[in-house]
Amino acid sequence: MSWVLAPGVLAQARRPFPDTDWVGRNLDLIGEKLLEHLQLTALSLLFGLAIATPLAVLAVRFRVLYTPLLAITGVLFTIPSLALFVLILVVLGTGLTITTAVIGLTIYSLLILFRNTVAGLDSVPADIREAADAMGYTRRQRLFRVEFPVALPVIVTGIRIATVTTIGLVTVTALIGQGGLGRLFLDGFRRRNTTELVIGFALSIILAVVADLALLAVQRGLTPWARSRRA
Amino acid sequence: MEVFSDLVRFLSEGERWQGNQGIPNLILEHLGYSLVATVIAGVLAVPLALWVGHTGRGDTLLVNVANVGRAIPTFGLILTAFVIFGLGVTPVYIALVALAIPPIVANTAVGVRQVDRDIREAAEGMGMTGWQVLSRVELPIALPLVMTGLRTSAVQVVATATLAAFVGLGGLGRPIINGLAQGVLTNDNARSQVIVGAVLVALLAVLTEVAFGALERVVVPAGLRPGHRAARAAPVGPAA
Repeated sequence: MSWVLAPGVLAQARRPFPDTDWVGRNLDLIGEKLLEHLQLTALSLLFGLAIATPLAVLAVRFRVLYTPLLAITGVLFTIPSLALFVLILVVLGTGLTITTAVIGLTIYSLLILFRNTVAGLDSVPADIREAADAMGYTRRQRLFRVEFPVALPVIVTGIRIATVTTIGLVTVTALIGQGGLGRLFLDGFRRRNTTELVIGFALSIILAVVADLALLAVQRGLTPWARSRRA
Repeated sequence: MEVFSDLVRFLSEGERWQGNQGIPNLILEHLGYSLVATVIAGVLAVPLALWVGHTGRGDTLLVNVANVGRAIPTFGLILTAFVIFGLGVTPVYIALVALAIPPIVANTAVGVRQVDRDIREAAEGMGMTGWQVLSRVELPIALPLVMTGLRTSAVQVVATATLAAFVGLGGLGRPIINGLAQGVLTNDNARSQVIVGAVLVALLAVLTEVAFGALERVVVPAGLRPGHRAARAAPVGPAA
């Protein structure tokens, strides 16, 4: 695994661009990388949600927890992705595996998911909460039947930002042996195959935009009341 | 604790502290790239965003700039810039600046846009020209968000400059990329190298964030320091 520019690389002739033949011959590879990209993104977001949502609920109930949790997730978010990935790889000893990638990506999603879920729960009007209490809802019922549904638009906004961010970060994991579509632009770069590079780059942007729009549609579908109120 | 003792041995070697590949030089290089890219991006983006915010033009453009900025994989942009513009520092700077612009534009324009209409009308009522309204009223009120944009970009540039080591740039990404190439799992020296680079660049990113926080407290007028800045900031993308 030599990631560094070998002296010969630059001397190597650049392949023609766009090389449609290459695309035709490698549709399977492209599909595989796309799937891998989606898999890494989905796994990381699921873990991120599983960790950030309970933390957000706790932070809303016990306000003192909010600032320290925000600070911790904020510092983690600040660490450059390559540094975080290699530190996980070396210190946790997870190596060049999907585990390393998913742990790192999950860590990055935490700040966005946590901050937006807290903001969402905070946005629930006090009278709605009181009405639920007056109807005899337990705390748990109020949370799941009233607060989460009302907070949903803000929470989904957080999920959208986290998704787009994660799709971009997945490409960096190409340097630790994963990478999804990032692998295409890394390999394309190394082989001086501009077509491969551009395909990987463009598809990863398209994937981010499409995922964002799809989640927006889900958000609208789940919260019909928000739509009718706006109209 | 073998990792740790390897690390100590690695750091105690004299060559780590001097010359081109020495740690002090790598830190300085990294700081240099980041500073230059952030300053160029600021000089380009802040006036543009002030104008956009002041005139109220390009609303949808603004939202899209922020969103597209987030969707572009920084690593891919670095590699693409290299392929288009060739070897050298310039392509890397182009990529770094391009990545630093969206957060500055989005935050600054939102900052100007959200200035209370009453305040703006009061300023106009006092006979201020458009330029005066912008420079004496809107800009000071927008400063917290201008600073948020600059901070976000600076942290992102520090992170992305790490990736730029892959296309031959110096800085703290160098030991990480080299270490990975030498086989970080089998080679003790490579492992130490990677850890040193990663820890230093992580510290540098966090310090950048802290430094901008301090700078913000200095430049923002006392009456304008909001307690809920984070809630209003346009959500911006990740470190690379």
